[in-house]
Amino acid sequence: MRYTFDRMGTSASRGGRFLVASDQALIVYFDPQADENGAKAPPLQNQITIEGHERVRRLLRLMELEPIAGVRNLHPAYCSLLIKFDALKLRHEELDKILRGYISRMEKVALPEPRFVEIPVCYGGEFGPDLQNVADSHGLTAERAIELHASTTYTVYFLGFAPGFAYLGEVAEELVTPRLATPRKSVPAGSVGIAGSQTGVYPISTPGGWRLLGRTPVAMFRPESPEMSLLSIGDRVRFVSISRAQFAELENS
Amino acid sequence: MSLIEVRAPGLLTTVQDLGREGFGPMGVSPSGAADPVALRIGNRLVGNAEGAAGLEMTLLGGTFVFPERAVVALTGANFGATVDNGSIEMWSSLEVQPGQTLRMGPTRAGARCYLCVKGGIDVKLFLGSASTHLLSGLGGFEGRSLRKGDVLRIRAANGGFRTFRKTKMAGRALEKLSPRRVLRVTAGPQSEWFTEEVQKVFYGNTFRVAEESNRMGLRLEGAAISTPSGGEMISEGVSLGAVQITASGLPIILFVEQQTTGGYPKIANVISADLSSLGQLRPRDEIRFERVELDTARMLLLEQEKLLASKELIVE
Repeated sequence: MRYTFDRMGTSASRGGRFLVASDQALIVYFDPQADENGAKAPPLQNQITIEGHERVRRLLRLMELEPIAGVRNLHPAYCSLLIKFDALKLRHEELDKILRGYISRMEKVALPEPRFVEIPVCYGGEFGPDLQNVADSHGLTAERAIELHASTTYTVYFLGFAPGFAYLGEVAEELVTPRLATPRKSVPAGSVGIAGSQTGVYPISTPGGWRLLGRTPVAMFRPESPEMSLLSIGDRVRFVSISRAQFAELENS
Repeated sequence: MSLIEVRAPGLLTTVQDLGREGFGPMGVSPSGAADPVALRIGNRLVGNAEGAAGLEMTLLGGTFVFPERAVVALTGANFGATVDNGSIEMWSSLEVQPGQTLRMGPTRAGARCYLCVKGGIDVKLFLGSASTHLLSGLGGFEGRSLRKGDVLRIRAANGGFRTFRKTKMAGRALEKLSPRRVLRVTAGPQSEWFTEEVQKVFYGNTFRVAEESNRMGLRLEGAAISTPSGGEMISEGVSLGAVQITASGLPIILFVEQQTTGGYPKIANVISADLSSLGQLRPRDEIRFERVELDTARMLLLEQEKLLASKELIVE
């Protein structure tokens, strides 16, 4: 839904593209579509850009540093930020105006230094029921698939879906595999999966359609810690292959 | 200290307040009462702050014993409540004597009944809220729905309740706030992806609430809505009440324990004033969508809030 009162799909892509999400939410896109006035085509997977993501992080950071009165929640994603607000205190038009001010000066915002996090994973077997399948579909051995998954340094694009679920990208091209046609009713906590060019770890047991390659004994969602999560937006992640014995050891430590 | 002993938990009974906002960047959705209007009124009736924690019962209520005197109110769906086998009034405060048993049965209309107690349910707050988040097993009472044998604490009420004065909700307000089956929506962020013919199917048909519906989302059955380009897009933030169209063409309305991001296009979004109505929908209920403009949605929310804040809402 576009605004009727203001120029939408704004001229400057640097300024983002604003859409009404609901009567109490606005979504800002920093995607290539923001360049094309009035483009209606669905954004595609390959439109995830590091530049777009960095702008999401900057706006998120600025809104955390300088909270806007009436804003209640923020939902960052690959190239967009959904902003939920108190509709009794703020109108879309007003928030739009304030956000344009934020966006115009967000280039100066210092982003936190990304951390480098290693996550141990026991691949295959009952922990990774889809490993062989994924390998086969690309004509790879399971060992090679593991090597590919564990040799990439991923970026944490955002946490979303469920508490502490980090969306990581991007998976090596030889491994890119679509979601399962029928999602599993329950995926065990710690499961490491891929979906398209994304990879991630299920922090808690939920239903899910990602293809499971392995499992980590490390807790991803840490509600009692101040950060609440092992990973934060912008962090760099590497998976490290471990044996079943090491898994058991880490699980008990 | 006042307690509530759970003799029977009912089908799905959880501690809820108005939820925890602000943790979207961690992937944590607010949770909170599925029918916040009913919870707020229940709290008003017993003299609590609107957002005090109460019990949310689903489809089938529980049986609770109060070892001490307590002031309670039941709001939302009518579960045929009795105190020591004598039927009691909904939407009204009531004094329960030491040792008395409050018993609820199956719903007569609506999906959720709220039990508010003067002082509020006392649980350890998680991220500033008493709400149970069932998916993550956090918040509320041990992060889960109540079981037989659980004992809940009631917070000490300000000023006690030595002078119990019965309060009840005004009939006219109750009528105005009654749950709707025609849900008003604004256009969703991807509404333009759906052709005019598809929009006609969406707005012209009734949908049935599916059995698998829960606090995360209401799944609907009915006419399939054709989705553009295979129906998948890159994940983006999703709002409460968003009507997303899955690859199978069936709509899901994102609810209080919603995922915070998702990759399905949203054709519409339930307006804030009608979100409470979602909390009273039962499996197999039939609903319809009615498109309204943003200004209308705002006006309806303002009207609802004005009514909830008015002195005429509660009468003695």
